[in-house]
Amino acid sequence: MFEAIAFYLFAALTIVMFTITVMTSQALYAITAMAAGMIFISAFFFILGADFLGAIQIIVYTGAVMALYAFGMMFFDTTRDVVEKRTNPQIVFVLGVLAAVMVVAIFVAPIVSNNIQALYPIQEGVGNSQAVGMVLFTKYLVPFELAAVMLLVSMIGGIILAGKKMDKSLTLMAEEDISTMDDGFEPQAGGH
Amino acid sequence: MEITLSHYLVLSTILFAIGLVGVMRRKNLLMLFFATEILLNATNIAFAAISHYIGDLSGQMFAFFIIAIAASEVAIGLGLLIVWYKRTGKIDLDQMNSMRG
Amino acid sequence: MELYLYIALFAPLVGSLYAALFGGSPKSQHVGIVASGLLFTSFVSSALLLSYVLGGHTVHVEMMTWIATGDLYIPFGFVVDQVSVVMMMVVTIVSTVVHIYSIGYMDHDKGFNRFFSWLSAFVFSMMVLVMSDNFAGLFIGWEGVGLCSWGLIGFWYHKESATWAANEAFIMNRIADLGMLIGIFLLYWNTGSLQYDVVFAEIGNLPLVVTTWIGIFLFIGAMGKSAQFPLHTWLADAMEGPTPVSALIHAATMVTAGVYLVVRANPIYDLIPNVGIFIASLGAFVALFAASMALVNRDMKRIIAYSTLSQLGYMFVAAGLGAYWVALFHLMAHAFFKALLFLGAGNVMHAMHDELDPFKMGGLRKVMKGTFIMMTLASVALAGIYPFAGFFSKDLILEVGFVEHHYVIYTVLLLTAGLTAFYSFRLVALIFHGEERYKLFGIHPHEAYKFMLVAMSPLLVLAIIAGSFKMTYYQLVTSLLPSTQYHVHGEMTYWIMTIGTQLFVIAAIVFAYKKYSNWNSVPDGSSKLENSFGYKLLWNQYYIPKFYDEVFSKPYLELSKIAWKQIDLKIVDATVDGIANIIYKTGENTRDIQNGNLSTMLRWMVIGLVVLITLAVAFTVGYNAVGA
Repeated sequence: MFEAIAFYLFAALTIVMFTITVMTSQALYAITAMAAGMIFISAFFFILGADFLGAIQIIVYTGAVMALYAFGMMFFDTTRDVVEKRTNPQIVFVLGVLAAVMVVAIFVAPIVSNNIQALYPIQEGVGNSQAVGMVLFTKYLVPFELAAVMLLVSMIGGIILAGKKMDKSLTLMAEEDISTMDDGFEPQAGGH
Repeated sequence: MEITLSHYLVLSTILFAIGLVGVMRRKNLLMLFFATEILLNATNIAFAAISHYIGDLSGQMFAFFIIAIAASEVAIGLGLLIVWYKRTGKIDLDQMNSMRG
Repeated sequence: MELYLYIALFAPLVGSLYAALFGGSPKSQHVGIVASGLLFTSFVSSALLLSYVLGGHTVHVEMMTWIATGDLYIPFGFVVDQVSVVMMMVVTIVSTVVHIYSIGYMDHDKGFNRFFSWLSAFVFSMMVLVMSDNFAGLFIGWEGVGLCSWGLIGFWYHKESATWAANEAFIMNRIADLGMLIGIFLLYWNTGSLQYDVVFAEIGNLPLVVTTWIGIFLFIGAMGKSAQFPLHTWLADAMEGPTPVSALIHAATMVTAGVYLVVRANPIYDLIPNVGIFIASLGAFVALFAASMALVNRDMKRIIAYSTLSQLGYMFVAAGLGAYWVALFHLMAHAFFKALLFLGAGNVMHAMHDELDPFKMGGLRKVMKGTFIMMTLASVALAGIYPFAGFFSKDLILEVGFVEHHYVIYTVLLLTAGLTAFYSFRLVALIFHGEERYKLFGIHPHEAYKFMLVAMSPLLVLAIIAGSFKMTYYQLVTSLLPSTQYHVHGEMTYWIMTIGTQLFVIAAIVFAYKKYSNWNSVPDGSSKLENSFGYKLLWNQYYIPKFYDEVFSKPYLELSKIAWKQIDLKIVDATVDGIANIIYKTGENTRDIQNGNLSTMLRWMVIGLVVLITLAVAFTVGYNAVGA
């Protein structure tokens, strides 16, 4: 009973939050609502007994990702309202609903749940984090390492893309060139 | 009142639909990223729920990797966005028409 | 001996390929010389093989496997036996002469090299035809000569009439070849092989009905190639080709392939005498029918072509009555004097600047002595005067008809012999005797090159003496063919018959000379004779070409037009265009998708997603409905 109440409560909250994220014209509302939605989603993970995943959700999404977005928003001029050209909103909603209905139809169909079998069953008497660790470092070791490399690559990529003058090598440049380098930049308006 | 897998899946689908609407509706690239995050989270819920009800940890593993991908995507995406903004001063989807044939 | 076999077979091919190398370049004398030389090599090899076969041996080689699938095994095998060696000799002698002659005849032609390429290719095909040891190989050669004949009839392809004649010959042969192909299929179906020896060993065990059908279908093929009624019209039209071609293909070799086929398949026809009677009757009919058309024709080459047709009829009479060796003998003798006649006609044509109407010639014997002698002797041989070649072979056929008690056929053939003598000497008289009517047209005739006359001389010699080989020939071929001797009962009857025939023929010759040797005007179609019904009937070739035109060609044309306008344009083309239009319009209408706007693209992406999911649901439901 408690589980049901919690589920419906968080479900309602998540839906509301995400709807705000999608619908609002204020960037600040959108990011705030999304951060809240992320936290509510971690609640589902806890309900489902995936403690570790819930923790990760809070740390990565609300901690790292949202912080990144916040920095991004500071960088852009988002104080002004985001202008959306509302062309044919009906089509958008019809398509969204249609997709949702179809996916529900697939999920609800009994064949899906009947045909699934457990590959790595949850072991009894072991905590979630421990179980996750065991599976992650045995069966999913290679994807795990790949994910790590991917994160590293994306980190370097992010730094290079966002950093200033990263296309020049300071160690190979002469002293005077470095001193004449213009720090700070102006957005070059007008496209390419 | 028992909460079954279907409940979770329906919730996941609803969130996914909201994300889709956002993807289609938004013109601001930053907002588009938000909508993408919603899509990813919707699938995460489905994975975690299936993992729970089937008794298999694979679902959670996938959710982990999705979170990792989401993090990388944000890093790279924001980086690209900044570069774009530096070049044009805009982050409006409708003005990105360099692909017009 | 195998080496000689391969030389005899492939030397013409080498010559053809050599000439083809220079096919596009202007006339080069060496092409003609090389081709002729290779042909001569082939002839020498054939002669060596002949001497070998005369010693009582045969050569049988299997060059390579051609088709081997399942039970079907057809090798490229060649056989030189008593029958094929005779054909090889005929083919190589005549074609060597024709090749050398052509060097002179085609002297001023732009397509000199191309001509030799086709001509040698023809000889190669003919050699394949006669030397093959199975029906499939024979069919290859059969089609090969048909193709080369097409190329040579239509050699002057810029002339509408030539291309038309080439196509007519090709298409008529196609019709007949279908019959032949069915015959070959039946043979394979029932005997499981196409090798001559296997087939002929098996053929006796087949039901008579099957054998009859095989015989009929094979004969349909022979009818096409040998231009027997009702497929005869192409031969006269084929005279559009250069004259050496007419001499080689449409007198001596290709048209006799039908006779060769019947002779070769004699074990089959022996079993079905009823079909044989039909063949003989048709042959006799064609002999008379063609000779009658030759009576009034005013085209030198066509007259000789009808004469060929008539003589082919004689051969089929002999073959149909089971006298295969007689048929082959007449084939051989006929090849010599008819080729000679054609080559002589070629000389006359050259001298007269391609004028073909003998009524516009006259008195040419003064300027063309050599040609005059040759053509006269060839005509004598054709008429069958003792001791020329025609006498022995043709007389034998008459005797065959008499001995086998087919008196109607005998009478028809006897009559035809008279007609033959008449039209031959009508031609000779009109060309070489009488007033020099050509002067009216301002032509200055001249004799052909000397080497051309020399090249023709072997044919002349053979036309005179071929009859004396009769006994040698008989002993040779009867080791393979049924060796029936045809002797008229009673010495008296024999002499009466022979002398009677000779007198009849001589009378016809004298009549022709009397009537035409003093001809002094060019007929203009106003005389009483020319307006009589019989004359018109013959002049229009019994209205058969017209009949074919009305009954087959025109309805077919109409049908084709309907197919073109109704089916092709409205259905086939419309479908193809429709598909193109649909694609074009789809592209036109869906250009907006590619407008470069990213949010539109995203929207399309979602639409695609929805469609995919819908399909997934639909198929899953369908799958479960079926699976459950």
